[in-house]
Amino acid sequence: MDIKRQGPLIQAKNIVKIFGNQKALNNVSLEIGEGDVLCIIGPSGSGKSTFLRCLNLLEVPDSGQIFFEGVDITDKKVDINRHRQKMGMVFQLFHLFPHLTVMKNLTLAPMKLLGKSAKEAENEARQLLKRVGLADREDAYPDQLSGGQKQRIAIVRALCMKPEVMLFDEPTSALDPEMVKEVLEVMRELANERMTMVVVTHEMGFAREVASKVIFMADGMIMETGTPEEIFTNPKSERLKSFLSKVL
Amino acid sequence: MWDKILSGIQEFFLNLGNRFYINFIKNDRWKYLTDGLAVTLIITFFAVLIGIILGFVVAFIRSTYDKTKKLRFLNLLCNIYLTVIRGTPVVLQLLMIYFVVFGAWDINKAFAAVIAFGINSGAYVAEIMRSGIMSVPEGQLEAGRSLGFTYLQTMRYIILPQAFKNVLPALGNEFIVLLKETSVSGYIALQDLTKGGDIIRSRTYDAFFPLVAVAIIYLGMVMIFQHFVKKLERRLQNGH
Repeated sequence: MDIKRQGPLIQAKNIVKIFGNQKALNNVSLEIGEGDVLCIIGPSGSGKSTFLRCLNLLEVPDSGQIFFEGVDITDKKVDINRHRQKMGMVFQLFHLFPHLTVMKNLTLAPMKLLGKSAKEAENEARQLLKRVGLADREDAYPDQLSGGQKQRIAIVRALCMKPEVMLFDEPTSALDPEMVKEVLEVMRELANERMTMVVVTHEMGFAREVASKVIFMADGMIMETGTPEEIFTNPKSERLKSFLSKVL
Repeated sequence: MWDKILSGIQEFFLNLGNRFYINFIKNDRWKYLTDGLAVTLIITFFAVLIGIILGFVVAFIRSTYDKTKKLRFLNLLCNIYLTVIRGTPVVLQLLMIYFVVFGAWDINKAFAAVIAFGINSGAYVAEIMRSGIMSVPEGQLEAGRSLGFTYLQTMRYIILPQAFKNVLPALGNEFIVLLKETSVSGYIALQDLTKGGDIIRSRTYDAFFPLVAVAIIYLGMVMIFQHFVKKLERRLQNGH
């Protein structure tokens, strides 16, 4: 095991991201500790997805720094690929690899990047598949799965790399209502196992119930931070109040 | 008038055996066709090889530039190459490769043809491959990168297999076109299949037999090739 570090697992410092002449992120700073379940809420266009994508540098910030396990990953000299291996990401549209079976989707990265044998990678993948209730679908292709199944597979794909943190980018927004539950259930279990999670979501019920900390973003800035209790029952800013009145 | 047509038809069939003998058997003239076919196949094979490699490299550079804005200078070179090759006739390119580029050397004509057709095909393959790469959704690249794959690894394991599957019919078509395009090799006096048939025609003063024979051989090759492409396509589609 790693030696326990002092300080947060992820630290974002003064992140600025500009698209065209629009400031998508305006000086956003945030610390994420080990075991935190952080939910980011806010109106669309508030920069919450952009911020999440900055954490693993899928979007490169125009200025500011991201520290992951104490290393500044925005430093050009850092091999970002090594660090990304420890940051799982789940996308709104799943992005499973359609040319590969479920099992190959799960074992590709562990085999190619972690040097695991096919047997080892498959065994680990099977255990995780069982836990999300999809043990019988390992030979299926993504096209043959429902949206909820796809997203559960996508979560397992990220977990197969044994990440230190899981980033969720609106994981249930593209799902039919009846499939939202099965995906949230998997995420809830992960949270119970003390997985560090950053979740951009419109599922207020989930945020309220599972999050250890809720962030409210608007106009590319963090407007309010607090426990679910503080954010949902005792909002301070007018912005958050009006947002909550629309979504709750 | 009907009499004339009928006697013409009659003559055609009565002389069939004799004309077949003159065009193909006498003086071993069939060898013009088999030797020519060998030349055509060799040129096509190596040109396809060059075309794939060249097309792949160009497509990779161009789509990398499209996706990441890197390789700006190489992208510019590729654009010039594509514009020139796709904007001029292949016969002209063949003549220029043989008489201008290699004009000072006494090089093998088949070699010149392979280079010319390979460079020509590369331009078309490049655009086919690029469209294939661009047809794979951006999210696939992001998913690969988020797992920790490098850009190159993501291309290799995730993007290119999907791109290849998407463009296989177009790629197969390009090689059929190339096979038939090599028929202009006669312009540099290279004895390919078409030239072989034409030589027979000039010896026997009979156009029908040698030209039809040449046409049937091309057609047969194309059909065989199409059969294999379809088979490959079906294999790649399996599970979908």
